[in-house]
Amino acid sequence: MLAVEARGVHKRYGAVRALAGVSLEVRQGEFFGLLGPNGAGKTTLICALGGLARADEGTLSVMGHDVVRDYRESRRALGIVPQEIVFDPFFTVRETLRLQSGYFGLRRNDAWIDELIERLALKDKADANMRSLSGGMKRRVMVAQALVHRPPVIVLDEPTAGVDVELRQTLWAFIRSLNAAGHTIVLTTHYLEEAQQLCTRIAMMKEGRIVALDSTARLLTDFSERVLRVKLEGSELPASLARGATQDAAGAWRIPIADVAHVEEALRELRAAGAAVASLEVAEPELEEVFVKIMRREERPAAP
Amino acid sequence: MTGFPTLLQKEVLRFWKVSFQTVAAPVLTTLLYLLVFAHALAAHVEAFPGVPYREFLIPGLAMMAMLQNAFANSSSSLIQSKITGNIVFILLPPLSPLDLFAAYLGASIVRALVVGLGVFAATAWIVPVPVSHPGWALAFALAGCGMLGALGIVAGIWAEKFDQLAAFQNFLVMPLTFLAGVFYSTQSLPPFWRAVSKLNPFFYAIDGFRYGFFGQSDVDPATSLAFATAAFAVLSWITLAMLRRGYKLRH
Repeated sequence: MLAVEARGVHKRYGAVRALAGVSLEVRQGEFFGLLGPNGAGKTTLICALGGLARADEGTLSVMGHDVVRDYRESRRALGIVPQEIVFDPFFTVRETLRLQSGYFGLRRNDAWIDELIERLALKDKADANMRSLSGGMKRRVMVAQALVHRPPVIVLDEPTAGVDVELRQTLWAFIRSLNAAGHTIVLTTHYLEEAQQLCTRIAMMKEGRIVALDSTARLLTDFSERVLRVKLEGSELPASLARGATQDAAGAWRIPIADVAHVEEALRELRAAGAAVASLEVAEPELEEVFVKIMRREERPAAP
Repeated sequence: MTGFPTLLQKEVLRFWKVSFQTVAAPVLTTLLYLLVFAHALAAHVEAFPGVPYREFLIPGLAMMAMLQNAFANSSSSLIQSKITGNIVFILLPPLSPLDLFAAYLGASIVRALVVGLGVFAATAWIVPVPVSHPGWALAFALAGCGMLGALGIVAGIWAEKFDQLAAFQNFLVMPLTFLAGVFYSTQSLPPFWRAVSKLNPFFYAIDGFRYGFFGQSDVDPATSLAFATAAFAVLSWITLAMLRRGYKLRH
């Protein structure tokens, strides 16, 4: 059984085509990344999965339950942390979690609620009103709300946007442990280093379509490479190294290198050419590069 | 186990935590109406034979406050949740359209009944009112508040901004409650306006409710209850249809 399955999902908001035929499968236990620029349709897809939006065409299911026909089962299997920080100002943290638990029909859930409070470092604020919490604290409560019914599938829509380092670390440690315990995680984020570190598989979206879908490792080898990043002072790059090299925005050369032996060779040639080296580093393949390349590849020719 | 009892509990807590505004304020407003109108009109009006005007006024005023608060509870809760965005916490769990409907409606009725009891408690020491048919009074309280609770859900779902909801309240709910015979018996109206009053479903709720106290009314209580219940049923059907379609909630 698949954790998440989308088949030919279309969604239009007036003249805007938010989703233009999205199909994807997320297997159980995966840490799956859904990346794309703003307006690519990531949030619309998540909304359709959670029943916050209705697909015009196509089907979606969570743990084998159709999100329209078997919405009760599919919603029980799904925990979504929405992108916007939202809260109910009438209640404290603990009341909020108890109520959320009750909406899922779970009455005696205090042991798990206590554990969530503990693990998301909310203990000091458990009896404080939601209104009095900082943005980061509210975000933690939202994560706890999404997990209150122990869903096998957890979707985090940009959970670390505008969040401090400490929370980011607490959050990822917790989410990783949930993933290790068998929960499927679907993550959207604009922090590509995060996605590279965490996700085993990644889908990239643009203008309502999936434009790349592969394992993170595969995407990195296909679209990025290890480079020697060299900044020269005034001198030219030796011709022998210029092939395949590109210059980045800061004016540094990016020389593709296959292995360590190649680094030594390149250094020797720089020295032989008498080049003045200002800075030098070996840069590992980066998801950011993959992302930029794929998005550029998908750029439509400008209208005449 | 469904989430309905928890959602009902949350909706009741929501108004109870601010009961100074949601219960005490409407009770005070109703008392002011009573003092002013009873003083100004008592000498001129005898709506029902043998019933002092002050007494006549109380059930109608109580019902007016109940209807308005039933409407205010569901509509303001929904629009606040929509505008602040926390409605997602209600939409993501496996709550059915019927669960949502019953919880918002139930909380509206609870608030209306608490306000109604507050009005009677506050006026009892000034003007005790007899209750000749408590069963009828309760039936009309439930039908009337149910009607307005459902209408509040419709308005709360439909409105996208607070001013749209205010327009609904000021241009529909207020005129219909004021012109429902709270301050007079429709028997005193010219025939045309008497006929117009009978098109107003709020009128049946108030007239029938009053029957529960004095055993007198403009319209036979069974007929009134049929009209009030029918209006409640139609509004409930509309509300449920909106919730099933996800109108303005699930885009």
